[in-house]
Amino acid sequence: MLVRYLPILILATIWEGATRFWAVPDYLLPSLSSIFGAFIELAADDLWFHLSRSISRGGIALGSAIVIGITLGVLMAQIRSVRILFKPFVQLFYPMPKSALIPIAIVWFGLGDVSKVVLIFIGSLLPIVVSSYNSARGVDEVLVWSARGLGANNREVLWEIILPAALPEILAGVRVALAISFILMVSAELIIGNDGIGFVISSLGETGYYQGMWVGIIVISAVGFFADRLYVLGMRRILVWQESGA
Amino acid sequence: MSRTVAARADDLFQIIGPYFLIGLLLITWEMTARAKLIDPFLLPVFTDVLWRIANDLISGELARGVFFTMARTLISFAIASVVGIAIGVGISRIRFLKWFMDPIVFIGLPMPKIALLPVFMIWFGLFDSSKIAMTAFSASFQIIVTVWMGADSVQKELIWSARSLGAKPHLIPLEIIIPATLPRILTALQIALPICLIVELVTEFVMGGTGLGAIMLQASRNADSLGVFAGIFEIGLLGILLIRTLEIVRRRLLVWHQEESKPE
Repeated sequence: MLVRYLPILILATIWEGATRFWAVPDYLLPSLSSIFGAFIELAADDLWFHLSRSISRGGIALGSAIVIGITLGVLMAQIRSVRILFKPFVQLFYPMPKSALIPIAIVWFGLGDVSKVVLIFIGSLLPIVVSSYNSARGVDEVLVWSARGLGANNREVLWEIILPAALPEILAGVRVALAISFILMVSAELIIGNDGIGFVISSLGETGYYQGMWVGIIVISAVGFFADRLYVLGMRRILVWQESGA
Repeated sequence: MSRTVAARADDLFQIIGPYFLIGLLLITWEMTARAKLIDPFLLPVFTDVLWRIANDLISGELARGVFFTMARTLISFAIASVVGIAIGVGISRIRFLKWFMDPIVFIGLPMPKIALLPVFMIWFGLFDSSKIAMTAFSASFQIIVTVWMGADSVQKELIWSARSLGAKPHLIPLEIIIPATLPRILTALQIALPICLIVELVTEFVMGGTGLGAIMLQASRNADSLGVFAGIFEIGLLGILLIRTLEIVRRRLLVWHQEESKPE
């Protein structure tokens, strides 16, 4: 464990040592120890408030994108008319860089929560729809035929054959969406800020409190990292029956 | 008789179906906007947006915007690709590099790199170099990891046979590993390109300057919602164009690979 993370420790030591030794000005790179001091200070202040704002926005948006995305993707794979109606829509919107919607989101939904939630929702919805659709479409026909041969009805085929077989790829799509939701969350808060960690970063950077800005950067990076770790652990749990694992 | 009617209706649905939702949406948009049911500032008339795009095209503003956005996106993409492939292959070949980079990549991949934008603005200024640095940095981790995993999975037999046939050790990455990893490398690039586009636009929204995103930002500051909507269409088209091009490149490059012989 220690040997594995030794390179990080080395980098941190170089960071601390170099900033002290050459007296690097704070705006270029504050020393790690002063950032830690700012962390203590901000943690006693409103850091957790901003963090909870960011996480709740991301959570609501990603949660609804998961539910709606998987439903739509699987329905598209299963029902021909849904596929014909929605596929061009998905093809058109999937490659579009979703950050382009930030200015429209501001105009339509204002500077508050709604515009950010909608933005994160749309951004994370499409990867989930596409991965659910592809995986549900790609389920081995032989599995479906044998289930039908054994007398399974449509609902049983969906719940007992298609969803389990498609699950690994669906979960991989959700992981991509998780990463995108963090990017869009921070971007939206940097641009339309009145609270959230992105706002902490941009506002403290503008007022010249660079240690505080770095606290924001490190905190949201840590949250992004642990969210992904937690997700991967959960994914392995769910897919434990899979031969190849996640 | 009723059977043929049903069959015909189905044929009709197959032809019209794909355009139905998009058409319905556009027509509803046009009508509600024309009837001024929604404030024209919130929703300008669809055909006016098209005219605006045509105007941008004629005046050359569109070409200028597309040029700057595309140039920075592609330069960042190229930097991220070269650096990412080099580090990815390097990690899988050199034990020290693997030890050093493993925790850095492990932590760096899931973190939202865009949070470093203010830092990049301080380090690299407000112009092209900081936009390119931020975008390339954001995309490179994904490439490193995917290429690394791919290079690790290259069959040892391939490398051994190359060696025994007399291949020089320093040419093995270029001659064996990269071609054998090409499908994974291209997958990595296909994930990285959309990231480049997303981040490039965010840098333009935050810093301004040139490019489609910056033009959109200016339009939204001037309360010029026609400009904002035209911008979304223009950016969307650029995104589709770049991503489709990469798909075509993939198919061309992998003609020899078994992936190609698989049915869609």
